[in-house]
Amino acid sequence: MVIGERKPFDEIMKMLEGLKKIAVMGCGGCVTVCLTGGHDEVRVLSSQLRMARDKEGNPIEIIEKTLERQCDPEYVEQAESVAKEVEAILSLACGAGVQFMAERYQNLPLYPALNTTFVGGSKKEGYYVERCQTCGECKLYFTGGICPIARCSKSLLNGPCGGSTKGKCEIDPEVDCAWQLILDRLKSLNQMDRYSSMMPVNDWRTNRDGGPRKMIREDFQR
Amino acid sequence: MSDEFKSGSNLEKVLKSGKFAVTGECGPPRGADPEVIRKKSKILKDKADAFNITDNQTSVVRMSSISSAVIMIQEGLEPVMQMVCRDRNRIAIQSDILGGAALGIKNMLCLSGDHQKFGDHPQAKNVFDLDSIQLINTVKIMRDEGKFLGGDEIKGVPKLFIGAAENPFADPFEIRAPRLAKKAVAGVDFIQTQCIFNLKKFEDWMKQVVDMGIHEKVYILGGVTPFKSFGMARYMANNVPGMDVPEELLQRMKNTPKEKQADEGIIIAVETIKRLQEMPGIAGVHIMAIEWEEKVGEIAEKAGLLPRPVV
Repeated sequence: MVIGERKPFDEIMKMLEGLKKIAVMGCGGCVTVCLTGGHDEVRVLSSQLRMARDKEGNPIEIIEKTLERQCDPEYVEQAESVAKEVEAILSLACGAGVQFMAERYQNLPLYPALNTTFVGGSKKEGYYVERCQTCGECKLYFTGGICPIARCSKSLLNGPCGGSTKGKCEIDPEVDCAWQLILDRLKSLNQMDRYSSMMPVNDWRTNRDGGPRKMIREDFQR
Repeated sequence: MSDEFKSGSNLEKVLKSGKFAVTGECGPPRGADPEVIRKKSKILKDKADAFNITDNQTSVVRMSSISSAVIMIQEGLEPVMQMVCRDRNRIAIQSDILGGAALGIKNMLCLSGDHQKFGDHPQAKNVFDLDSIQLINTVKIMRDEGKFLGGDEIKGVPKLFIGAAENPFADPFEIRAPRLAKKAVAGVDFIQTQCIFNLKKFEDWMKQVVDMGIHEKVYILGGVTPFKSFGMARYMANNVPGMDVPEELLQRMKNTPKEKQADEGIIIAVETIKRLQEMPGIAGVHIMAIEWEEKVGEIAEKAGLLPRPVV
């Protein structure tokens, strides 16, 4: 899933300066699962904002709403009645959701309440880790199911650098060396031959480097 | 190894002649004053066969490796241009290889590069379009096939002697010799190792290298760094990633009176070189006297490696 992290409260307050009536819009997708942008977080953030603005003697009216997903036109449509009543929408969706909303509601400012951080999963409740960098050309077959692009700090494709120490990365003793993990796993799977051949230079066109990407299912386009 | 020279560099000639090679190292200044390189060059001249010019080492901005190398050439020394994958994509890398070769650089060292986290611009975006092994292969394709990575023909092929680093003390240990084999397949000509303090571990690694026959395809230069003080030894033991300083060496430095510690550091370095000279598969030594360039000559002298051969 896409992981997002709430922006600092002061930064959000600054974005909302001068506004009297807004919507705080949650998303029922990934950011609900990672506990940063769902129904509950909309309630908490809205209360915080109301209190802070009341304290300043500058109250703000907030409509709270959470859409099923903000990255899907079908659900984005459901914000239409709210959009007519407010000066801006503060979205708790990921960056994709904020932009889908902005594309649909052309005359309304759309502000992000989250920093979209990475594609990953939860190790346990409230603990999220990055696993994929969406490079567009999956290499997990060669690397024991552990991604060197997302998990090696230098995205090295041909083995660990000289900074790997006792299974940890040189940038931080808390960070696992991806290549230690890969090699341990290749060894246990009896697939070390996949390490010995040189991984050729990568074609980054499938990555963001090829420009903004799209995926079209032709069979659905008729 | 064939009879023809790949680059015609002095370093290549010394290694090919079978003589025990010596390389040194020179860090460019944090400014635009060429005199710093000229001064260091005067100190280093004739003390080794070639001298690495670091490329923004530890991710701290310095004068570029290429321009520092050219100043060194003007002073009559032979540089080894270091190049890291951290700061350039394949377009800039190939462009700089052409530029370096055009300016007379004949040796190049291919490195991944320290992570920018350690430097003075931790906010920087890193590149890592290629890794160090792919960089080796890129230079080889350019030199031996006369082609760019994209496949087009190069008019005016860069003739470079291709080097790389290897750290036998990093983990996982058992992958370090196979990783070197990968560099050999990619096309590396010579290897400079990380600073050797743990000779026992280094011998274990060299034995694997020799058993795999890698030393017959690639010249291996052992890395030697003299301790300036006990404080430096302790810092390297505890703060430099992938460094292995045995306790007994730390004790030896600690038990030496402060005013004698620098001399002791030199003695240890010379002892290490003597051991390396007897080690099967070792073709030379890479002396990294960090911001202590004036000691390269003294160490080489005491190890009986001066004068350097004229080839």
